[in-house]
Amino acid sequence: MSFTIAHLRRGEKGIIREFNEASVPIKLLELGCLPGNEVELVQVAPLKDPIYINVNGTHIAIRRSVALQIELEPIEGI
Amino acid sequence: MSKHIKVALIGNPNTGKTSVFNSLTGLKQKVGNYPGITVEKKQGVCKLSRGVKAHILDLPGTYSLNTTSLDESVVVELLLNRNAPDFPDVAVVISDVENLKRNLLLFTQIKDLQIPAILVINMSDRMERKGISLDIGVLEQKLDTRVALVSTRRNTGIDQLKQLIENYRDIPVSRSIDVSLIDPPYFRRLEKTFPGEDLYKLWVVITQDVNFTPLQKKELFGDASFETKSREELKKLQHKETILRYQFINGILKETYKVDWKAAKGLRGNLDKILTHKVFGYLIFFVILLTIFQAIYDWSSIPMDFIDASFASASEWVKDTLPEGAFTNLIAEGIIAGIGGIVIFIPQIAFLFLFIAILEESGYMSRVVFLMDRVMRPFGLSGKSVVPLISGTACAIPAVMATRNIENWKERLITILVTPFTTCSARLPVYLIIIALVIPQGRFLGLGYQALTLMLLYLIGFGAAILAAWVLNRILKIPNRSFFVVEMPNYKWPLWKNVFFTVVEKTRSFVYGAGKIILAISIVLWFLGSNGFSEEFKNAEQIVTERVETQGLSANSQAFMAEKLEEYRASLSDSPAPAAPAGAVMHPQDSLQRLQADLRTRVINQEIASHRLEHSFIGQMGKLIEPLVRPLGYDWKIGIAVLTSFAAREVFVGTLATIYSVGNDEEETIKNRMAAEVRNDGTPLFNLASGISLLLFYAFAMQCMSTLAVVKRETNTWKWPMFQLAFMSTFAYIVAFTAYQILS
Repeated sequence: MSFTIAHLRRGEKGIIREFNEASVPIKLLELGCLPGNEVELVQVAPLKDPIYINVNGTHIAIRRSVALQIELEPIEGI
Repeated sequence: MSKHIKVALIGNPNTGKTSVFNSLTGLKQKVGNYPGITVEKKQGVCKLSRGVKAHILDLPGTYSLNTTSLDESVVVELLLNRNAPDFPDVAVVISDVENLKRNLLLFTQIKDLQIPAILVINMSDRMERKGISLDIGVLEQKLDTRVALVSTRRNTGIDQLKQLIENYRDIPVSRSIDVSLIDPPYFRRLEKTFPGEDLYKLWVVITQDVNFTPLQKKELFGDASFETKSREELKKLQHKETILRYQFINGILKETYKVDWKAAKGLRGNLDKILTHKVFGYLIFFVILLTIFQAIYDWSSIPMDFIDASFASASEWVKDTLPEGAFTNLIAEGIIAGIGGIVIFIPQIAFLFLFIAILEESGYMSRVVFLMDRVMRPFGLSGKSVVPLISGTACAIPAVMATRNIENWKERLITILVTPFTTCSARLPVYLIIIALVIPQGRFLGLGYQALTLMLLYLIGFGAAILAAWVLNRILKIPNRSFFVVEMPNYKWPLWKNVFFTVVEKTRSFVYGAGKIILAISIVLWFLGSNGFSEEFKNAEQIVTERVETQGLSANSQAFMAEKLEEYRASLSDSPAPAAPAGAVMHPQDSLQRLQADLRTRVINQEIASHRLEHSFIGQMGKLIEPLVRPLGYDWKIGIAVLTSFAAREVFVGTLATIYSVGNDEEETIKNRMAAEVRNDGTPLFNLASGISLLLFYAFAMQCMSTLAVVKRETNTWKWPMFQLAFMSTFAYIVAFTAYQILS
């Protein structure tokens, strides 16, 4: 099981590694959800869905299903 | 010489685009719709220097030119069509200083369409607090444009923007990136197939979602088939394009945009810890909703009572002043009563939109979407459906229109279909008057029974909407490409100007939209109630007089007289001697006789009025449907009101007001008149059973022509509104029937 946005805990950060373009809406890319950018998990709604993230200064909420598609490089020591 | 400059305001959502629009145009704006579709079209005029005017078009917010909704496609359609009458001379792209990077993505796309584009960097008042510094000069040079640093909150930079608009010819037209770099062979082929066409424009047309802009594609490509790429391949290229644009933007911002994180202070993080919290978030949301309802119920009653009294006395005044006749009656009983019936709702509508506007302006509404998405999803609704459903508590019409920002068609359709179940403001007058009649005034845990009943009705409406959505989600077979991205904007103190504009706009649209129907129906009703075919109607006076002579007064009238006389006698024995008018010697016995005679005339007049109404056009219509509504606990008068309120629910009260006041020279308010209404057996017509039955009927029935019309427009077929009408009204009948039979 790979490490994705959905696996972050509140306040944790990671670097976006890569994702399957077909399963991620283009709008998410436009909002700055691009490989190499840092993601912070801000808040998770009950039932772990949706997920509120801060990516590259943009605060957005996405669904768990999409969050599971975005793999991360964990950042140590934060 | 007068000159007109056509300006299009474009920008991401939450950049304060509407604030800039309001600052430029003031109240000189009008809100309409784009022809054929229902996307809101906001236009306004801005005076520049002498003789020069700018026509400002406020386009729907969009993150990019890759459209995912109908709103966004409006922007693209306009910008691609140089022959469109609204095609702008200059595009003003609004950005937010805190999200400049993301906002510039759209800016570079507009620029690549070779349209002169001014960049507005809004919310500059936040720079200091966020530790942001900008090098505008370098930014202008790198982006090859002109920049206006604006703060609508402090009202700075607007004059500079006006100047830039006026001198739009000086704005350079150039490209920011070369889109063909993302796949050179593909773009070479494109160039060969469509010589002379703009490559980026072709690319935008190709990548548009087929659902939204089929027209453009046909126009450009005709029947000539161009071997394009699969959806997946195109998406990959769009991905590359986005990365390319961000590389360009990052390069520029590195030199021009600095953030001192140490100086940055943010409310968002701290507030979101509480407002989106698993427990507190929902508690706070619930408390906000509860506050809104209590406030609307309490605050608006003050202006409403005042409006009620004013129109009643205006009607009286007209009757006293103008000569007696049909025309005077039309004004006093048809027109003034009708207008009163519209104006009385303004306080509630204004208060509700005040709250909605504040929730939207502050950024809280996005948190509601975040909190509610998972809750709504099992019902086939999007978290975004919460906004229409909440707006539906004011009026289903704007709410149905507000579903436009739901990208997913199935979620959108379900939201449209169930929104009319939520308790709209048009139901309020019906609820309020029935509640006041049948629910006692006691208190429970500090909350009035009446307020609790109202709260319960709101919950029932919401519950019905959710239940219907759940059913529809299972019945409707529509392929589902789920899609959910919601921006969580920074919290902002609401701009009161924007809140005010929203309230004015919504109130205005209610008065001129629904108001026209209400007034027209009030007048038609008054006519139907004061005219009739039959001999019974024409000779009402003679018939009633003869009947009274031969059979005496009706039981009701006798009881009424006895009561009044008893009251008078009691007042005589309470107070020593009533102050006699100067010069007149009056014995108590005489005055009693005079009162008796007066009362007799009055009840005979009432009996005539009632007889006349019973045999008027409307009375006959009501009697015709009485067998249908009797099992619900209604008489033919309520039957009429139910019938007429198919046009709009609030007409119910207006109808009863007209029915009861026609030919009736009593000054009682509608409520008292309704409370006095009795059945044949002498029990009050409005008791708990019939009251609850009516409340439930109005909670569920699809009684709003305007909503049906909007749904028709939104779904582009009569199928859905007709489905709605049949489904909701049948359900309402069954529920009301059951409730009455159980309670009575």
